[in-house]
Amino acid sequence: MQNILSVQSLTKKFDDFTAVNSISFDVEAGSIFAFLGPNGAGKSTTIKMLTTVLKPTKGEIRINGFNVLKEQDEARASFGIVFQDQSLDDELTAYENMTYHAVIYKVPKKERDERIRKALEIVGLWDRQKDFVKTYSGGMKRRLEIARSLVHYPKILFLDEPTVGLDPQTRKAIWSHIQTLNKERGMTIFLTTHYMEEAEAIADKIAIIDHGKIIETGTLEEIKERNGTESLEDAFLNLTGRDIRDENGASKSKMRLMGGMHGRRRH
Amino acid sequence: MIEVIYILWLRQLKRYWRSKARLIGSLGQPLLFMVAFGFGFGPMYARASGGANYMDFLAPGIVSMSILFTAVFSGLEVIWDRQFGFLKETLVAPITRTEIMIGKTLGGATIAMIQGLVVFGLTYLLGFRAASFESLALGLLFMFLIALFFTGMGLTIASKMKDMHGFQLIMNFLIMPIFFLSGALFPLQDLPPAIYFISRIDPLTYGVDGLRGALTGVSTFGVYTDLVTIAALSAFICIIGALLFSKIEA
Repeated sequence: MQNILSVQSLTKKFDDFTAVNSISFDVEAGSIFAFLGPNGAGKSTTIKMLTTVLKPTKGEIRINGFNVLKEQDEARASFGIVFQDQSLDDELTAYENMTYHAVIYKVPKKERDERIRKALEIVGLWDRQKDFVKTYSGGMKRRLEIARSLVHYPKILFLDEPTVGLDPQTRKAIWSHIQTLNKERGMTIFLTTHYMEEAEAIADKIAIIDHGKIIETGTLEEIKERNGTESLEDAFLNLTGRDIRDENGASKSKMRLMGGMHGRRRH
Repeated sequence: MIEVIYILWLRQLKRYWRSKARLIGSLGQPLLFMVAFGFGFGPMYARASGGANYMDFLAPGIVSMSILFTAVFSGLEVIWDRQFGFLKETLVAPITRTEIMIGKTLGGATIAMIQGLVVFGLTYLLGFRAASFESLALGLLFMFLIALFFTGMGLTIASKMKDMHGFQLIMNFLIMPIFFLSGALFPLQDLPPAIYFISRIDPLTYGVDGLRGALTGVSTFGVYTDLVTIAALSAFICIIGALLFSKIEA
């Protein structure tokens, strides 16, 4: 199998903080790849670099054979993305949001209506196409974003925590849409999530990132075996520790420890 | 290319047309200025100038003002797009930053132009009249150039701003001085040197003077000097904006 996404020693530094530290990995075409890690581990920074939103400090990314930094537009046309935060225009209707996307992705005019209709049907929103997005619930907005990302037939779909804040019914529906897309269209899926059981259920391959480094990668079985655990969640906790993280990467107990050290030095 | 620019333009017009409150609300200020200043300073102006009509002087200034505010605001709307996440959707698309800049500039300028035309209509209700049909055509060109320049300026500023916190700063220290020192409300004569200097580097000065010259035949610098100046400034700010826009990260 060929690699649809290939990352070589990717690094991102913000001033003196290294958010992503020389990571390398490959994603096979047609697979579902789960990219996991605690808050502040470098997941979102990585996704931002993969999707051309953020410039890497160092490293190389190839999507569908295109160099993301040098052949930016070809790479952009090859992927779809559902961002962690909402990225719809509330003041437009669902259909208008879809049309906007189809035009800026240069979908041929005569195919546009048909593709938009199909995508909206997949996520069950065709009958609500004329409604303003501001009247949609959180789950509907998410489904609309997924539909939108399909309009230009991406080879690989990035999903950054697509089910966060949604009820179990909607989460289930969204994952089943995603699996259908993967099986029937052979679309590669790259996802991040904090729900380990979701990753466990659908991912072909899993990578775990912490403190900007990839600390584990393999299939579910391989990871469980190597860590001697029953579930992905246990393996994840063993690998990344049980401390609660801040968004900026430092763990709370580490900061407490540092505070204590300062205290001691003063006495 | 054309279609991409068109859809960006269309989105902004739809948003503008749908927010009726903004549409109507933004007419309040120019109307108030015209009534308050027009009738308040009118008699004084007539006495000082030896019988000239203040409304003839003020109307082009107020039209310029409404274009200035609408245009800058349309440009700054990109900051909302950024905060509500929609900017990312546009930035990861396989289109050039220049296309985005052109689409947004034309969208904002069109909205500002419409707003300017509505206010221009209001000045007719208050007794203002353009000198001739040709002068009206030239006046429209000036209105469009003012709209273009200030939308470009709004976008340029927005490309450097992360959120709306700096909005008051920009309004009070940039946009308000641009308006008050442009000669929109009073003639730029016999001013202290510092104020005189600022008024001469104020881009709106040339827009107001040109629009006034076109519509009423009275201008300080000459209509064609104004035209060349504001057109050159518009081209300049759009290039700067496109350069800064090419560097933005969502």
